[in-house]
Amino acid sequence: MTDMTSGSLGKTNTDLIRAGLARRNRNQLFLQGFGMAAIAFAFLMLAILVGSLVLSGYKAFTQTHISVDVFIDPEEISVERLPRGGFEEVLQASLVSRFPDVTERAEQRTLRGIFSNGAQFLLRDMVVADNSLIGQTVRITVPVSDPYDQVNKGLIDRETPNENRRVKDNELAWFDALIAEGAISSPINWALLTNADSRFPELAGLKGALVGSFWALLICFLIAFPLGIGAAVYLEEFAPKNKISDLIEVNINNLAAVPSVVFGLLALAVFIGTFGMPRSAPIVGGMTLALMTMPTIIIATRAALKAVPPSIREAALGVGASKQQVVFGHVVPLAMPGILTGTIIGLAQALGETAPLLLIGMNAFITSAASSPFDSATALPTQIFIWADSPERGFVSRTSAAILVLLTFLITMNAVAIYLRSKFERKW
Amino acid sequence: MTTLAFAVLLVVSIFGYVWNRQAATSIRNRGERLHSLTGFHGFYSVLLIAVPVFVFILLWIALRGWVIDGMVVRGLPDGTFDGMDSGAAALVLSEIKSVASGRVFGTPSDAVIAAADRLNNLRSAASLYLVLATAVLSVALLWIARRSVSAEFRARQGVEGIVLGLMIFCSVVAVFTTIGIVASLMFETYKFLSIVPLADFLFGTNWEPQIPIRADQIAAEGAFGWLPVMLGTIVITVIAMFVAVPVGLMSAIYLNEFAPRSVRAVAKPVLEVLAGVPTVVYGFFAILTVAPAIRSFGEGLGLPIAPNTALAAGGVMGIMLIPFISSFADDALSAVPRSLRDGALALGATRAETMLNVLFPAAIPGIVGGVLLAVSRAVGETMIVVMAAGLIAKMTINPLDSVTTVTVQIVTLLIGDTAFDNPKTLAAFALGMMLFIVTLIINIFALRIVRKYREIYD
Repeated sequence: MTDMTSGSLGKTNTDLIRAGLARRNRNQLFLQGFGMAAIAFAFLMLAILVGSLVLSGYKAFTQTHISVDVFIDPEEISVERLPRGGFEEVLQASLVSRFPDVTERAEQRTLRGIFSNGAQFLLRDMVVADNSLIGQTVRITVPVSDPYDQVNKGLIDRETPNENRRVKDNELAWFDALIAEGAISSPINWALLTNADSRFPELAGLKGALVGSFWALLICFLIAFPLGIGAAVYLEEFAPKNKISDLIEVNINNLAAVPSVVFGLLALAVFIGTFGMPRSAPIVGGMTLALMTMPTIIIATRAALKAVPPSIREAALGVGASKQQVVFGHVVPLAMPGILTGTIIGLAQALGETAPLLLIGMNAFITSAASSPFDSATALPTQIFIWADSPERGFVSRTSAAILVLLTFLITMNAVAIYLRSKFERKW
Repeated sequence: MTTLAFAVLLVVSIFGYVWNRQAATSIRNRGERLHSLTGFHGFYSVLLIAVPVFVFILLWIALRGWVIDGMVVRGLPDGTFDGMDSGAAALVLSEIKSVASGRVFGTPSDAVIAAADRLNNLRSAASLYLVLATAVLSVALLWIARRSVSAEFRARQGVEGIVLGLMIFCSVVAVFTTIGIVASLMFETYKFLSIVPLADFLFGTNWEPQIPIRADQIAAEGAFGWLPVMLGTIVITVIAMFVAVPVGLMSAIYLNEFAPRSVRAVAKPVLEVLAGVPTVVYGFFAILTVAPAIRSFGEGLGLPIAPNTALAAGGVMGIMLIPFISSFADDALSAVPRSLRDGALALGATRAETMLNVLFPAAIPGIVGGVLLAVSRAVGETMIVVMAAGLIAKMTINPLDSVTTVTVQIVTLLIGDTAFDNPKTLAAFALGMMLFIVTLIINIFALRIVRKYREIYD
């Protein structure tokens, strides 16, 4: 072939192609390299994101505690005055007896600062529960305050000059003495899950947020699931092909892309402003999230309904079922795995949604868990927002820990969705 | 008591199902031929009872607050509200409410205490009436449903008619949501524009929503020009797109054409994880990791970088949008017919040339649609910018400086207590209106492009 075409031009087509081939292959390698770099970048970012959260968050899963013998002084605490009493003084006295050389009152008060601010309430609850403790010496284990927790976790650098350090030299010396005696321990921080929010990082927990998120998601599910399925079944199976159906369809697609903060404005103006529903309540949050989740469920349900082959419908119609019997007796049950997968993914999105909840006031400071969806509450993402905004150092690691808890929930929900899809989805 | 009302409804509905079904069965047992299956007679009863009573209970709950408030206010002595504006009148009502729930501050007047008592009485009476009304209504409907059972009664058509109606209602909820959004935004924006002229809002270059609370207070006058806020949004969106578009497109190209099956099997789920991370997490990531990193990098170069630089917020938003663009571009590339790819390869093009000269141009409309949807996401994204961007509006396009965005202003204006007659609050709704319009235009445009393009190859 080379022989045939060689001639006046001197070079053959093959030669021309060969000459450019190296360059073209190089270009291909470049493109591939860019692609790999892009993927690597995305991986790296995810790794940094998760890595930095784990690095700063894992420390919040333990909490430094102090164990001390407390003499419950009948002079400070008496049965008649309960639940009031000098619990703070009693705690202070227990430490002062350990460090007898601390005599100045101001210094003694500083010494008391080792205890968390909530320690007195823990002691009070113990005494209220059992009056016979008064006059006895009991050993209690309570959280230390945030600065000492930071010291114990190595988050406060001991090399920092004394005047710039939050825990001063003398305080460090006391704390080291306590460590040497074995009075300091770091058990797993169950309070992170069982306490509600608090101004003091060492006492703050996620219970209120978890309960609030639970109520909001429950309301969201109860509203969005039936409405979403109803709308999807109607549009996919029953709606006549006309302008109105088109309008509804375009509407749903656009609704799915409306910024979430706008839904917050709607909830604020309509649910709270017009209907006078309570602020900060999970019921309003759940309704708002339901409006946002509904398009997701509708779109997923319609895709699942479309995937059911027409032969099923025709067979059922052929044996005399009515249109609705076909749909509700055969098509919807067969599409259920797809519908549930879409619903779970929609709910996972709703669980992570923050902006609309901020606008309806679910970022309030609430120290107890909601007992009904009408009580004020926070949700997991808004709690993360509150903690991220708090100036105390201890909240940084708690924010990361809260995010890890949130991500655990999201990953679990998505894993369930993927499992459902792979287990029950049928290919026809 | 509300729970009790629902319980009554539930019990009566279940009873209605059983009763009607039994009645239909006994007709059949007599040897008559039923038009509808017995189950349909049962369901007819359930739907006939449950739907109207459920609506009734919801309406009652929604309206009782208004009605009770109105009755309490009417019961106050004449002249209580003389010379009060709406704010002061609302204060009186909220004082009555807090006294009624046992939270007494200071010494309320006798009229207030009497009103609080009346409020409590009305509330408990309302709960009682709700249960009674629910019971009467559902039993009446139960009776009507039972009366209709007969051999010729077309129960299936009745049930299917009601179900169809319910489904149409479900579809219309989405339309009502949109109408609700537009109406509430327009209503509040109209109130805002009656205080601040439209031209000042649209063309003003100064955004200082802090307004004096008292008349003699020395404070900023309050300026509501949205241009600097929008400019900040554009700056952050552009930064985000600078990160997201190249990375997203390149990863889509790689995954679609070059990646071995095993890489694709890992990379796709990882990108999905990245897409599923809540935005509040990205926001915290921006302040915890990215902003300090950018700052120390800038200090190394001697650049002055604001603590909440637009670069951090925009960059993190870009990371958030990578999977969004990548999956859209991947879908668009996959939708290009196989014949185009095979044709190009058969002519001797390398895979890269096929991709860049054939597949990519063919997929451009879908990709553009995806990028536009990503832009609309970036404009409407809230948490990342609320946490990582600034609060003060400046006319600047310097990415190292701190800028604010529309969504940041909406959130900061509305966090905390909000009164609906304050220009500060109303300004948030005006901004929300603009945000809605801008994103809607982008979305309609993007969806139209995506749709049109799909039709070409299907």
